[in-house]
Amino acid sequence: METKVDEDEHLRGSLYFSPQTMTSTDSGRVKNEEEFVDVLEELMHSGDLGHALRTFSPSPYNGGPPCSAADLPKAVLESQYLRYVVQEIATEKALSLEEVREEASVILEEMSQKLQMGFIRLMAYMLSKVLKRILTGIHVNTEGLNALKQAVQESPVILLPNHRSYLDFLVISYVMFTYDIPVPVIAAGMALSKMRVVGEIISRSGAFFIRRAIGSDKLYWAVLSEYVKTIVRKGFAPVEFYVEGLRSRTLKSLMPKLGMMHMVLEPFFKGEVYDVTLVPVSLSYDRVLEEFLLAQELLGIPKPKESTTGLLKARKVLQEDYGSMHVNFGRPMSVRHLCRGKINRGQYNLVPRDLPQKPSGEVQACVSWLAHLMVRMQEEGALISPWSLMASLLLQAPAAALTEHGLPWHQLAERTLRLRKLALDFGAHLNWPGKVPEQEVMSSAAALHHSLVRLQAGRVHLVQGEEDEREDPRRPEEDVTKAAVPMLMLACYRNQCLHVFVRPALLAVAIHVTKSVQRDELFAFFCFLRDLFANEFISIPGESSQDFEEACVLLRTCGAVHTSEQEVTVSDVGLEVLPFLQDLLQPFIDSYQVMFRYLCKDGVHVVSEKQFVPAVRNLATKLILSGELHTHEALSSDMQKNVFSALRRLETLTQLKASELNEYRVNKAAVGQISDILCGRIPPQSLQTTPDAKL
Amino acid sequence: MASNSSGSGSQGRAPQRLRIIAGHLQRPVDVDATVSAAECKAQGGEADVASDGKSVPKRRQEIMKWNGWGYSDTKFLFNKKGQAEFTGKRYKLSGMIIPALKEWMEGTFGTNMQHKSLATPALTRTAVQPPTLNEAFVEELKSTGVPFSHDAEDRVFRAHGHCLHEIFALREGKVGRVPDLVVWPNCHNDVVKIVELACKHNVCLIPYGGGTSVSSALECPQEETRSIVSVDTSQMNRILWIDEKNLTAHMEAGIVGQDLERLLNESGYCTGHEPDSMEFSSLGGWVATRASGMKKNIYGNIEDLVIHVKMVTPQGVVEKSCQGPRMSTGPDIHHFIMGSEGTLGVVTEVTMKIRPMPEYQKYGSVVFPNFEQGVACLREVARQRCAPASIRLMDNEQFKFGHALKPQVSSMFTSFLEGLKKFYITKFKGFDPDCLCVATLLFEGNREKVLQHEKQVYDIAAKFGGLAAGEDNGQRGYMLTFVIAYLRDLGMDYYVIGESFETSVPWDRVLDICRNVKARIIRECKDKGVQFQPFSTCRVTQTYDAGACVYFYFAFNYRGLSDPVHMFEEVEHAAREEILANGGSLSHHHGAGQCCAAWAEVMESGRVERCGTSYSADTTMC
Repeated sequence: METKVDEDEHLRGSLYFSPQTMTSTDSGRVKNEEEFVDVLEELMHSGDLGHALRTFSPSPYNGGPPCSAADLPKAVLESQYLRYVVQEIATEKALSLEEVREEASVILEEMSQKLQMGFIRLMAYMLSKVLKRILTGIHVNTEGLNALKQAVQESPVILLPNHRSYLDFLVISYVMFTYDIPVPVIAAGMALSKMRVVGEIISRSGAFFIRRAIGSDKLYWAVLSEYVKTIVRKGFAPVEFYVEGLRSRTLKSLMPKLGMMHMVLEPFFKGEVYDVTLVPVSLSYDRVLEEFLLAQELLGIPKPKESTTGLLKARKVLQEDYGSMHVNFGRPMSVRHLCRGKINRGQYNLVPRDLPQKPSGEVQACVSWLAHLMVRMQEEGALISPWSLMASLLLQAPAAALTEHGLPWHQLAERTLRLRKLALDFGAHLNWPGKVPEQEVMSSAAALHHSLVRLQAGRVHLVQGEEDEREDPRRPEEDVTKAAVPMLMLACYRNQCLHVFVRPALLAVAIHVTKSVQRDELFAFFCFLRDLFANEFISIPGESSQDFEEACVLLRTCGAVHTSEQEVTVSDVGLEVLPFLQDLLQPFIDSYQVMFRYLCKDGVHVVSEKQFVPAVRNLATKLILSGELHTHEALSSDMQKNVFSALRRLETLTQLKASELNEYRVNKAAVGQISDILCGRIPPQSLQTTPDAKL
Repeated sequence: MASNSSGSGSQGRAPQRLRIIAGHLQRPVDVDATVSAAECKAQGGEADVASDGKSVPKRRQEIMKWNGWGYSDTKFLFNKKGQAEFTGKRYKLSGMIIPALKEWMEGTFGTNMQHKSLATPALTRTAVQPPTLNEAFVEELKSTGVPFSHDAEDRVFRAHGHCLHEIFALREGKVGRVPDLVVWPNCHNDVVKIVELACKHNVCLIPYGGGTSVSSALECPQEETRSIVSVDTSQMNRILWIDEKNLTAHMEAGIVGQDLERLLNESGYCTGHEPDSMEFSSLGGWVATRASGMKKNIYGNIEDLVIHVKMVTPQGVVEKSCQGPRMSTGPDIHHFIMGSEGTLGVVTEVTMKIRPMPEYQKYGSVVFPNFEQGVACLREVARQRCAPASIRLMDNEQFKFGHALKPQVSSMFTSFLEGLKKFYITKFKGFDPDCLCVATLLFEGNREKVLQHEKQVYDIAAKFGGLAAGEDNGQRGYMLTFVIAYLRDLGMDYYVIGESFETSVPWDRVLDICRNVKARIIRECKDKGVQFQPFSTCRVTQTYDAGACVYFYFAFNYRGLSDPVHMFEEVEHAAREEILANGGSLSHHHGAGQCCAAWAEVMESGRVERCGTSYSADTTMC
């Protein structure tokens, strides 16, 4: 990077990758591809049973005295922190200490993991069977594995995988078991515990359960946090949780949740452990098991409850081929190192450390920064499949081409190869096999996704759902929903590679909308977009100028722009690259505009999320039918919720105090203003708050 | 058990311990007449004080090292056979072979007997800047009759304490800014005259007591252009009176710990104040730095012991008007005298509490399976307020260090017993030799009570998995603390530099601070390119109701590093930063000096700026 390299950048190393160091080899393969080992292939040599019965003797963290699973709940219940909280609650609710304590131990009982080696082995055996059936390979980076092995001995380790599939945590535990690393303690959603047998197996293979909506249940929160902190303090086992909080229905990173993050970091802030090591883990699937469910959920078709019988029914899912997956363990990162200069650990010195206290602003900002950083690291480590690039291009093709006469294959193939080059220029990790002819790579990617596209007579067709279900004519709205399913699936696969392009794309949009070459004008618009879309594209709070710089550098690297001190000007190459990047974000911009339009309608004064989602869906459906709206993504509940959060964050939606229904008053003028800025009618200086300022 | 040695009857223990720890004098003690009230005699040509039973002569160089710790005749060395040996006759360990030390050093630091880094043998007088004398001051000083000197050796001796960087420089023959003149006041009035003259002629004064400071308190400011005069209080070393009715004694502030204790013992009393530096550190230094003694659990720290202080300041003499045990008349003036570290004045006379000598003393030790259990035990002892005179908990590294200092055992039987004990603890009781740690104990008082007390403490220890491990281990633990300074000199002969620092911390953070500070030291050294992992160890040395004092040692092999002292100071700085982040204080008893100047803004109260006539005190090292 030509600009100033501040300390943070230096710290983070590869986050602000320098394109020069990450270029591909001639064949287009990412350099370190060969450093991945296929766990399933290794399994062929040992056999499933042999694998399950292998000697498992990981060397654990050697900081503290050993602690057994049975000691945990006891340590939690007897902790000074819980005693404080129990007392507080007893006073508030006029209960006896005994009653509250009893309640706490019930919560703990429900939550606790019951790690048993036997079950790990059972799980390993079952997984071996299942995984071999549905996947052609599980590729794990050896370097990351070795670093992790080392890290677990040195300090408590927190594993932070992205969450794209139910398989995620099973695969990670499976890999760790296979490579003799202590099996992690996993924070799992409570819904899983309700599944008979499976819940038990999961719990006995090291997961503990947390309720989805903890809300204001103080006792629950206290028990959970003490439980997590005790595990970290004792260095009992690596702790694993999803920093995104939920499984991403869009395969796109989610805004991180801070609660668990704070819990695992606090022992370090308070000096109870010397350090905590964060290990971001990126799981990348060629094809996601839940792909149909994803689109259906996004369209508001309710997801089936997680139950064992449901799982059995899903066996059909297991007949399919899902290609391979990659597990990329990121470089272990020392919290002590990351937090240098950001946290004054002395702030805990003047009160008992166990006293329940609200974290200081400084601590909250630091936790949020780290959480966002981890999401970005997960994105960094993700492997982009050829299919993801193809999906991005398919979405940009005219809708009629896909559904009616098909897109010429050679056109798609040629554009995919060009996009591959751009992705590599931007430093993406591509999962593009080097030894196979390019055409074959792409056609096998299409074949793997036969549920989504069909190749016929040299043209690519989008597969529409079964036609024969009902004879009677359907309402046109239903047709829209039906047509939306494959489109949203495509969007999900596009999302897998979105992070590679998003910063340059934001700049491309800025260039397009402002028609300016002035750096500061572009930067202002870039920041506006970055803030508005903060829920869509994760970026690190407070680092907008670094992001802008990165966008400039990447666009310059691929030859799309020339940059100088004051100006960013588009080159000839840019005339080809920038439209693609703009189009990549167009569905987001269009969808947001639709929702702004809804909020500005007469008669809409007060909204709640509950009514907002269906109302916007109706409007979007109408607009699609009328041909005014070209993207189906406005139908996605995920995007609708994101708009809602964005407007709340920007304080254009303000919560009604009296309302118990979570209703918000709409500031129409402000919404209109955002909409005007977004389409370039007015310049962007006038937004009142930015998310950065709040942190 | 307690009955092994030659009998001094029921009172045998205390004097024996003094002989061991407080150090042995060169010559037999003859009873000094100064125990009764003494006139201030300020003649220049007084006889060498060493001859009247006092340990510190005016010319310190006659008996002490100029570039290392302690007496010239006493040091560790590797003899021709390659075995470690402790020379001299002063200490219990003197003249003994320490077989395990070499291996321990090689194993801990990666030292090699072939690679030596020897000190410059003698001070080159030309390396010392000629004195900047204030002629008018010197003229008037002459007329007062107070002895003084501007001899280079005398001046260099008073230009430093025992910080690593100070000793390191001396060993390389480097001498920075030193005092221009040394004066030896003989009594309070001499000091009053010196201070008056200093004010009149604009001269800096730096009080000097025992010279055991480890906080750079004696360092002369480089940029100081005025004449610097070192006020050596070592000749103000009399016990002026003993008040048996009130159990107090009044002393001149220059008296060093070992003399004070010995002289009081002769009258059947003691102060009980025994900082580890008591052989050399002075009463005035203790007061000026808020010193702490090993047996504070019985006798209290210096602030509990002091009844009355006389301090000469540029504004006049500060002292209380009575000796009442407690007063409610505004802020206590003692509280700004104690800890002023010579910045406000020179402490000249002190009245301290005294106690009858204890009739019985007993060492002890307890082995714990790990440090966590040990700390839990100490915490419980503090909670029950039944701490013995001293209770200290060494971590595993320090336990091993202590073992390396075992002298050669002469009898087969002892070594057999040792082996058996080791077998019992590690094999039979299942203690991991790389985890176990040991608490050393010292009980004092009347025999019956001591035995009762001992049982109480051992019972508590048993609840935390502690096993009694004998008197020997205990005694050796205390020995370690006073030979450690001699050991540093040995280390420096072989490219090993080290230092100690201490802190006080609330109970709930003791374990965390120990773990984190030790880990920080190791990490910092690694990051800075130290090849061999440093020796990073700690012990809990004092217990209080609300917390404990923790003492760290840190040393490493600097072979191959270009600027070891600078690196060392960076690591030490990082370690202090870690201490503060973990809720520890900057110092429990060493004092702040100039070492901690970097932390001025974080200290609990504003630091007193050095101003006007510049003073600096020696601080105790222990």
